Amino acid sequence: MKAIINYLSDPVFSFTGIIFFFFLGIKHIEVVASKKFATIALILILIIFGWMSLDPVFLSIVIWPDNVPIIFLLALVIWSTWFAIHKGVINDQRMAAGEPPVEGTPENREKVWAWPNLVYTELFAIIAGTVFLIAWSILLKSPLEEPANPTWAPNPAKAPWYFLGLQEMLVYFDPWIAGVTLPVLIVVGLIAIPYIDTNPKGNGYYSFKDRKFAITSFLFGWLLLWIFLIIIGTFLRGPNWTFYGPFEFWDAHKVVAANNINLSEIFWIKFLNMPLPKNIFAREFLGLILVAIYYTFVPVFITRKFGQKFLITMGKARYYFLIFLVLTMMSLPLKMYLRWFINLKYIVFMPEFELNI
Amino acid sequence: MADNESFVEKVSKTQVWKSIFRHGPPNNARNRAAVVAGNVFLHLHPIKLKKSGVQLGYTWCMGGLTFFIFLALTVTGILLMFYYRPTAEYAYNDIIALREHVPLGIMRELHRWGAHAMVITVWIHMFRVFMTGSYKPPREFNWGVGVILLVLTMLLSFTGYLLPWDQLAIWAITVGSNMAKATPFLGNGGPGAAFAKIGDFALVSDKNDVRFQLLGGRFVGEAALLRFYILHCVFIPVVVAVLIAVHFWRVRKDGGISAPL
Ligand code: HEM
Repeated sequence: MKAIINYLSDPVFSFTGIIFFFFLGIKHIEVVASKKFATIALILILIIFGWMSLDPVFLSIVIWPDNVPIIFLLALVIWSTWFAIHKGVINDQRMAAGEPPVEGTPENREKVWAWPNLVYTELFAIIAGTVFLIAWSILLKSPLEEPANPTWAPNPAKAPWYFLGLQEMLVYFDPWIAGVTLPVLIVVGLIAIPYIDTNPKGNGYYSFKDRKFAITSFLFGWLLLWIFLIIIGTFLRGPNWTFYGPFEFWDAHKVVAANNINLSEIFWIKFLNMPLPKNIFAREFLGLILVAIYYTFVPVFITRKFGQKFLITMGKARYYFLIFLVLTMMSLPLKMYLRWFINLKYIVFMPEFELNI
Repeated sequence: MADNESFVEKVSKTQVWKSIFRHGPPNNARNRAAVVAGNVFLHLHPIKLKKSGVQLGYTWCMGGLTFFIFLALTVTGILLMFYYRPTAEYAYNDIIALREHVPLGIMRELHRWGAHAMVITVWIHMFRVFMTGSYKPPREFNWGVGVILLVLTMLLSFTGYLLPWDQLAIWAITVGSNMAKATPFLGNGGPGAAFAKIGDFALVSDKNDVRFQLLGGRFVGEAALLRFYILHCVFIPVVVAVLIAVHFWRVRKDGGISAPL
């Protein structure tokens, strides 16, 4: 059983599985939003988590003090996703029946005094927060390791957990993409959201139907490309950033066949049976063209197929910027699958310029 | 008459009370307005607001909790500064001393777990704001301010990670700051940097690229410790405090907590 779980939690399967369940959930959003679903899911999660915690290896990773916040994060992420969907679907149903969303009922539009309605809630939150932090601090000592030693690197050397999504991306992309370009684009993309999303509906209340595309793509990035990668980076990556199942002992000598090859090698050596050309651009032409196609013809194709309507309502600048962001976001899962299925290392490999894609 | 007055009402007639609060206890409409309008902290709030906006089920109080944790971190951080010296010689030992010599010391724990918690609450706050569509007009700008706050929150946490000066600290920061080396054009190992040359002289070397500027050296050493200390204790918190002020101001100016139009 544990061997099976170890095996299945390899990102090839776990990531694919979670993508499948994500879209299944989006398709049957009413089911996901129901209290019954939540109760069953909660019980299952508790049982599975409880059972997994019986394993000393798993437990030792989970209760490592700096990993405990991730458990809180996970609990909050799962709860908040469900709760927002739950409220959204209720509002969807109300509006389908011609009623206003819950937030817009005459009763809820009424004005109330900040004192005591708001101030007391805040006071309560402050007290609860204080108690929580103090309890946490008494129960768990803050870790302190050996004094800093610049000549001896621990293995694995991990960034703080909130950056582990980025560190996990380093498996698939070079640092200039995973560590610099993608983070910058994430920030730029987030700031751009209100300027790209011109849909006037769904402002100031929970909803799903009114903002299907916006919510689905945000949840995809947030849950699958950010939170899930953090989980993998924290719990399933051991020495040398090698994959370890949740019950697998972090044995630093685990050997993993490193047989990743570049697109240029696949094309010239494997496919054409030739040596690699000396000229860099000749050598890498296929990869360069593919990347160019990805950002030119693919948008054109998408627009032909389903984008025309949005192109007109959103305007050119917004539309193409959105396509650019979505394509860039999707390049991550794309590269992940290319790695898993054809052991692809780089699409473009130009170490001469430090430009590897 | 006087016998029916409650204790609070009696106290509220004393000169001391009047000098501090200037109005009676907030048990009628007039005083409820006065207490919120007249108190520098409470006047962040509107006097009256839509019922939907005060419901815990709507905001989850995540922005408020983020702010609370920020304040708690400021207080515990200042207390830690009394004990901590940011030099390679003292830093680690000062952290040990905090653990061993300070009675009932949980300041370090409060500060560390609080920092983790703030990253979590700020993420969930953003998630809530997205799910209620509260970034839509007229709140586009405040969403942008929020994103900057999100980045700064993570940078605050990141710069603080180095300060204990243990193995975890320097290697986590080494991993993180190595990314800066790969910045296109500006990092010594990034794409394009190799082109920036005058004759044989490389303009972007490991002695002047962004990573060097960040660390004040070519590796995570004492200069980096001092830089991170100042960024962590002074620079970023000040910027965050200013931006939080802007953020709150804009929440009010954009019409208070969002509600259906
Ligand atoms: C240090 C970080 C932050 C603090 C202290 C903070 C604090 C707050 C507070 C107290 C509110 C009032 C409502 C609530 O509690 O939800 C609020 C609202 C808001 N926040 Fe933040 N916030 C922070 C970061 C962010 C981030 C990361 C975003 C988004 C990217 C954001 C966007 C907004 C928006 C758009 C509103 C208005 C919401 C509405 O009207 O419903 N804030 N913030």
